[in-house]
Amino acid sequence: MMSGIKWRAALAVAACLVALFFLTPTLVSDLPVFWNDHLPKDKIHLGLDLQGGMHLVLEVDAAKAVDSTLLRTAGDLKETLMAKRVRFRQADAAKAGLVTYELPDGASRTAFEKVLKDNYPDIEVAASEIREGREIVSLKINDKRAGEIRKMAVEQSLETIRNRVDQFGISEPEIIPQGDDRIIIQLPGVKDTQRAKNLIGRTALLEFKLVDEEHSVDEALRGSVPDGSMVLYESRLDRESGRRIDTPLLLKSATLLTGESLENAKVQISDRFGEPHVSIKFNAQGAREFERITGANVKRRLAIVLDGVVHSAPVIQERIAGGNAQITGSFTMDEARDLAIVLRAGALPAPVKILEERTVGPSLGQDSIDKGTWACIIASILILLFMIVYYRLTGMIADVALVMNLMLLLGVMAAFKATLTLPGIAGIVLTIGMAVDANVLINERIREEMRLGKTLRAAVEAGYAKAFLTILDSNITTLVAALFLFGFGTGPVKGFAVTLTIGIIVSMFTAVFVTRIIFDYFIWNRKVQKISI
Amino acid sequence: MEIIKAETHFNFVKLMKPAVLLSMAVILIGIISLIWHGGPNYGIDFAGGSLIQVKFQSAPDADKIRGSLKPVGFEGSIIQQFGLNEVIIRTPQSAATDPHGLTSRVDDALGAAFGKGAYEVRRIEVVGPKVGKDLTRKALLAIVFSWIGILIYVGVRFEFRYALGGIIALVHDVLVTITFMSLFNKEFDLNIVAALLTIIGYSINDTIVIFDRIRENSRKDTKTPLLDIINTSVNQTLGRTILTSLTVFMVLLVLFFFGGAVIHDFTFALLVGTVAGVYSTIFIASPIVLLFEKIKPARPRGKSR
Repeated sequence: MMSGIKWRAALAVAACLVALFFLTPTLVSDLPVFWNDHLPKDKIHLGLDLQGGMHLVLEVDAAKAVDSTLLRTAGDLKETLMAKRVRFRQADAAKAGLVTYELPDGASRTAFEKVLKDNYPDIEVAASEIREGREIVSLKINDKRAGEIRKMAVEQSLETIRNRVDQFGISEPEIIPQGDDRIIIQLPGVKDTQRAKNLIGRTALLEFKLVDEEHSVDEALRGSVPDGSMVLYESRLDRESGRRIDTPLLLKSATLLTGESLENAKVQISDRFGEPHVSIKFNAQGAREFERITGANVKRRLAIVLDGVVHSAPVIQERIAGGNAQITGSFTMDEARDLAIVLRAGALPAPVKILEERTVGPSLGQDSIDKGTWACIIASILILLFMIVYYRLTGMIADVALVMNLMLLLGVMAAFKATLTLPGIAGIVLTIGMAVDANVLINERIREEMRLGKTLRAAVEAGYAKAFLTILDSNITTLVAALFLFGFGTGPVKGFAVTLTIGIIVSMFTAVFVTRIIFDYFIWNRKVQKISI
Repeated sequence: MEIIKAETHFNFVKLMKPAVLLSMAVILIGIISLIWHGGPNYGIDFAGGSLIQVKFQSAPDADKIRGSLKPVGFEGSIIQQFGLNEVIIRTPQSAATDPHGLTSRVDDALGAAFGKGAYEVRRIEVVGPKVGKDLTRKALLAIVFSWIGILIYVGVRFEFRYALGGIIALVHDVLVTITFMSLFNKEFDLNIVAALLTIIGYSINDTIVIFDRIRENSRKDTKTPLLDIINTSVNQTLGRTILTSLTVFMVLLVLFFFGGAVIHDFTFALLVGTVAGVYSTIFIASPIVLLFEKIKPARPRGKSR
């Protein structure tokens, strides 16, 4: 029995030391160098609600990615059909996943379907009907391919957003997919949330389009937009009034070059006004293309369009070789820097929508930490005193277990890099109240046994034996509830489930195993016959 | 020290019938209250919408805030006092997709009315309707599955009728908590769901302790009718039941008074739930076991299983 106590005591002490070891970085602010180099240096990880930061849930509008693939394919199909001399008319542009064609007769229909079958395996006929002798055929991307496109759109968005956030310079961001088309983003400590949201949420599709100078804009604004052209607005900031002025421009719909051909983008300050602009560099292929476009369109205007807004539409003075260009506009320094980041990281394959946003300011986080810490301290003192008043020496034994419980709980959290949230702190406080339950059960049982006239040794033996199964059963059922909480919860609530779960498991060790060691020490080593309980 | 003297002989079983009636009355009041309030008072987590917590340097005037929000289209906001010098502005809109951002619009409005630096935006939560629906579904599933999980565990470890008694007690606790939440017009959000699941975990813990004693006693003594066994068992564990509830209640009061406004409602729900949990353990869970005994006796005249 002697050695049994020694081994068990050694195990308990070892558990405490390991916990303390993992807690050292949290407790000691400046650690010696060798510790930082070789030993765990992570403090207990605080949730966004405690350290401040932003939590976003984005939804990738993956259907748009399917639509734009369909649109591209439709453009291609148009050329193939013309080359094969199939008579057709495209009834509308691709939208809601469909593109509709009108064919004059059955022969064209047959030819049309043959072209489809031979060249476009990804496209299938969604619906067709015969209206006034003409065949109306709607095409769509087949389900398998559409699924692939959607999946890829989400993966690419995730990657692009990760790139953007990395370049924005936020430490320890967390960007993870959720479900089919959602992305969860956690940005601890981010200050300018609006700017971060703009950076993450913007599609950043850069397009170069020629200005249509043969037709008048006014005419188009009145409703007669020429075929193959579109109206977009140029937005610039008027320095004097500080207002944004939108000017309509008539552009050729065809996109000559996109941001995909970029190699780099960076902020530069123009010499004349000290205004920032973004200078872009095309990759080899893009540079060649750019040279060809500028060469073929000297003296015409080339519009630089970002997410459907014209940034500038300068006149091409001469053929531009070398693949360098500038995007000017009335940017602030931050705007220019963010634009450079999104251009470097690339465009999102589909637009994203912010479904959920939760931001906690750093001062509220600190308040919560302070209040939580106080609640923990007050609750601990109350329970420690209560146990001593109620059970005397036995209460003190339970108190040792309780203090150890808290230490191990925090140690486990540090070791497993679990996140502590405000509800998590509430979970710790609750654990303080619930962990003594095991000791109450045991002590009440020992009292009962002693009332039956058993010796202390026998009473302790029986008390522990009988209380153990009860403690096990009752704690496991509580664990079941805590586990469902963990599975269901996000963020703060999950933090609550974590502390509650660890608290329950650890309390089984401290309240049953550790207290028993102390009891046994008194009974076997000190030969105590009576104990205040 | 002893709060409960060693040998108590309260006749709990006799009190069970009025207790069940009391519980049913409370739950009925809850249902009436829910109908009266037009359903639970869902927070933005479930209903969707936006919440902005703003701290002012001195006590703010709610009407002035409301007035300042009018130009940006948030005149329908609910403005709540939240701790000292703080308010929560709630709108049903979830303009998460708005490029200019709800935040900056509210910020501009408050800045114009109170001057920049006179206040601090401390928390923003925007939940779109889609997410709200998702969270509602997940919350319900979590609660129901935790019931099923516990039903299975208790069913395996004890007997099915014990499991059923335990679960009905849990449903009772959740309903009573919802009743009080509705009576005090508290908001239902994710934290409250966490509180409900904790109550479920805590209450079953309590119930198991008594069931365990009933099982132990009925094995030791196969002659006494179950009714008396239950009475003895509840009495024997009474000291522990009261002590543990007391410690849990103590820490919850600490959280309630010192934990800060953010978890105030959460603690409120837990306080109600723990009381309901202890009560249901004694007066609801055991009678149901007894009821099943009457319907389908497991120990006809002193034969244990």
